[in-house]
Amino acid sequence: MEPNIRTQALAAVRAVEAVFDRAFGAQDNPLRHLGALGFYFFWVMAVSGIYLYAFYDTGVTEAYHSVERLTHGQWYLGGVMRSLHRYAADAFVVVIGLHLAKETVNARYRGFRWFSWLTGVPTLWLAYASGIGGYWLVWDRVAQFSATATAEWLDWLPLFGEPLARNFLTPAAVNDRFFSLLAFLHIGIPLLLLLAMWVHIQRISLADVAPPRRLGWGTLAALAALSVAKPALSAAAADLATEPGHVALDWFYLFVHPLMYQTSPAMTWALTFGATLMLAAAPLLSRAKPAPVARVSPPDCNGCGRCVADCPYSAVQLIPHSLKGTYKLQAQVDAALCASCGICAGACPSSTPFRSIGELVSGIDMPQLPIDALRRQLNAGLAQMSGPARTVVVGCDCAADVSTVAGAGVLALSLPCIGNLPPAFIEYALRRGRQGVGADGVLITGCRGGDCAYRFGNEWTEQRLAGAREPHLRAHVPRHRVQMAWANGGEEADLARALAAFRAELVQKTVPAT
Amino acid sequence: MNTTTRYLGQAVLYGAFALAIGHFSTAPAYTHLAPDQALLKLSFSHGAQRVGACRDRSDEELAQLPPNMRIRQDCPRERAPVIVELEMDGVPLYRAALPPSGLSRDGSASVYRRFVVPAGTHHLAARLSDNAKGDFDYRAEKTLTLAPAQVVVVEFHAPAGFQFLH
Repeated sequence: MEPNIRTQALAAVRAVEAVFDRAFGAQDNPLRHLGALGFYFFWVMAVSGIYLYAFYDTGVTEAYHSVERLTHGQWYLGGVMRSLHRYAADAFVVVIGLHLAKETVNARYRGFRWFSWLTGVPTLWLAYASGIGGYWLVWDRVAQFSATATAEWLDWLPLFGEPLARNFLTPAAVNDRFFSLLAFLHIGIPLLLLLAMWVHIQRISLADVAPPRRLGWGTLAALAALSVAKPALSAAAADLATEPGHVALDWFYLFVHPLMYQTSPAMTWALTFGATLMLAAAPLLSRAKPAPVARVSPPDCNGCGRCVADCPYSAVQLIPHSLKGTYKLQAQVDAALCASCGICAGACPSSTPFRSIGELVSGIDMPQLPIDALRRQLNAGLAQMSGPARTVVVGCDCAADVSTVAGAGVLALSLPCIGNLPPAFIEYALRRGRQGVGADGVLITGCRGGDCAYRFGNEWTEQRLAGAREPHLRAHVPRHRVQMAWANGGEEADLARALAAFRAELVQKTVPAT
Repeated sequence: MNTTTRYLGQAVLYGAFALAIGHFSTAPAYTHLAPDQALLKLSFSHGAQRVGACRDRSDEELAQLPPNMRIRQDCPRERAPVIVELEMDGVPLYRAALPPSGLSRDGSASVYRRFVVPAGTHHLAARLSDNAKGDFDYRAEKTLTLAPAQVVVVEFHAPAGFQFLH
């Protein structure tokens, strides 16, 4: 995607997210849990589908009539279950589409993310194949139209000896076994889809596979209300002796058929295969500069495992310590999985700037901005600060640009991710550092909640500062001198406002350092 | 934003989500066939005659073959393409030479074609050649009145020939 188009698209996405943030709050914002909602809708489909299967009869006439009996005979449960099944499937497509669009706009197909991106591509086809079979099981006029159109579409491929569409030529051409096959496929393909979804999240730790409880209940209530207000109903029974004229299509799944009839099977394959290839090739087409990989210093690593717990991409593991007679374990980084975020360095207890050694070496560190370099930057900056409400602003390269707020009395430091910041640096900045000059306050910024480019940087930072996660900010650090103000890229004005307000508070509350 | 406004906002957004799902799950309706149109489908799968004549092997030739392969007749595997023509009211709708399937070109030739035609009375004529010379050895004609949305299938089964299923 062209950078300027992507920037505009990103701004649009963030504007929409901001609207949802206001209504739901950042933590419950559905646009920040699209993947989790995908899993959630899958389970709604699974539960409702098991119920429907118990009442479904496989047969040319039995299929239609069993669904009709269920829909009208027990509308209060079977009918609602059918509608939930249908609408959850539609919602599944919506969240998959939005998830794909959002990840595309955020360029999250490059570098270490290639695996998650690439494994997401087949899930699109599996989701489509899972869904479309469900429409055929009903064997109404929509099913007849869709099954015939799909067969005509597939027949363009030189795969079948006889055209598949011949199976839908006349009423006598369809037999009961077709519905047994359909039921088998409608269970088997979703299981493959689940497997693909599982593979899709393998390279990330603590994958978001369940939406927040309030969002889950709210979404289910919305679908249930829709199911009651507008139940999913069958069209007339299929009749292959006549062709459906007007078809009430479910556009979330069946859009391919009008596309094919308006163009051609060849064009439809070209578009769908072309789109698939484009998606699959996106990581290759946009080669990112190889990111530096976190490196471990065995003499400084005691194998505490905090970096393992905090790494968002399961790139760090513990292995037997390479230095005998010291500690049992040490960290080891898998270069193929490392996102270069530095969250591991922020989690390392040896990353404290209070260590009185010449060169500060952390147990695990980032080559592009080692902890020692960060301490030197901080010391140099603190020495040059002057004026009232001297503030250190620590941000990240993925969020609002902190250099825009740098100036007299404001030292701006940008890290790969805010999770890269060891909490001890905050205390160090406030306690004058080693140069004898301290800041009056520290403002922490980074991506907004649920929007961290490296998944957990802001969340882990909040928890570390709240004392809920190690390494934590020590209790005696005055909290009124520390503030968090999350701001995404492009929201520099918000950051500037938050900084101005914080500094005004500091002027009122803080006794200036002498 | 106070709590009431937030809940109101959530209700609006959940409602919009449900409304969009509900609407596009059945609408807008797609017009696949106009009210005055019918559908004609030509489809069959037929193995044509072989391109060459069979010949009888001599006793010497048979003796040279393994015992389990001593079959008197020796026939070429390749089949001729099936040439089919379909006309409606004297106007050609379709003409094709359908190749036999298989790597050795010894399988059936298949076709499936759909034609959207005006409803009403039409005269259909179909011809088929399944020999190497290309002579039409099967011919059929029929006048049909097609109701709107009616599907007529023109099938072929040897040796009976064409069938007009409606």
